[in-house]
Amino acid sequence: MSDKVRVARQFISALPFSEALNMSLEELEDGVAVISMPYDAKLVGDPRTGVIHGGAVSALMDTCCGAAVMSHPSNPGGTATIDLRIEYLRAAKPGQKITTRAECYHVTRSVAFVRATAEDEEDASPVATATGTFVVEGIK
Amino acid sequence: MSRTKPEPVQVIKKRRDGALRALVDGVPYIKFLGIEFERRGDELTAILPFSDKLIGNPLIPALHGGVTASFLEVTTIISLSWAYLWEDLESGALEVDKMDDEHMPRLPKTIDFTVDYLRTGLPRDAYARATINRSGRRYASVHVEAWQDNRTKLFAQATGHFLMPQRRD
Repeated sequence: MSDKVRVARQFISALPFSEALNMSLEELEDGVAVISMPYDAKLVGDPRTGVIHGGAVSALMDTCCGAAVMSHPSNPGGTATIDLRIEYLRAAKPGQKITTRAECYHVTRSVAFVRATAEDEEDASPVATATGTFVVEGIK
Repeated sequence: MSRTKPEPVQVIKKRRDGALRALVDGVPYIKFLGIEFERRGDELTAILPFSDKLIGNPLIPALHGGVTASFLEVTTIISLSWAYLWEDLESGALEVDKMDDEHMPRLPKTIDFTVDYLRTGLPRDAYARATINRSGRRYASVHVEAWQDNRTKLFAQATGHFLMPQRRD
């Protein structure tokens, strides 16, 4: 593991809100990040169905996209979200872990472009997809 | 022609505030974030009191982008459900006492949601209000704005599309 990836890993696991949602970093390398979030009753958005609130999925997507930017080979010093669009393809299955994979596919001097997908434990189709743009702070 | 006497103010308030409470208190994620709603007539304002767990980057410190997105989406869904309920609530078709888990009106489902992060979310309370720009039978289009110190200096805004629950009549 490179120093940069180690620093990014430490940074991500120290984000209080990501910690409150029990997110865990599974993979981080060269602009690709994989982060998972276990099912938790406190994240439910619709009490009738037990489905996780879209906002919690957004938080996971945002964290994962930010992590992908931080690990990009162009070495951004830091990042912040400019814009994030999420499409909810289907309801996540209650009781299942959600895993997001984000790829930072292009970086300019000031902007990083990212896309991501989120899946639950069924492997048929993704739960949600996202596209985002992020500020690149001081390439080192 | 005799005019119907207006309802006593306590009756109106009890009905409206009771319905709003039933709608909001039923959602665990709203409780987890600590979001509250204030009502002026039919207008809702969402309030996100600051707490340490809402922090993203502890070095700045700033609200987590996911907190901002969640706050905007919660505000939108509650505002949309509220507008959808209002007519039935006022006509008496929906009784507040019967708004339990089983008889709760179905919530709208998010189709897509786009968040525009305008400024850093500061470690202090935040407020949000949603505007329903289109409310059809199948889907609704909603815009939502969030601010902290100044109403005109938004720190985030979002637009989303929502699938509306189908009426069971």
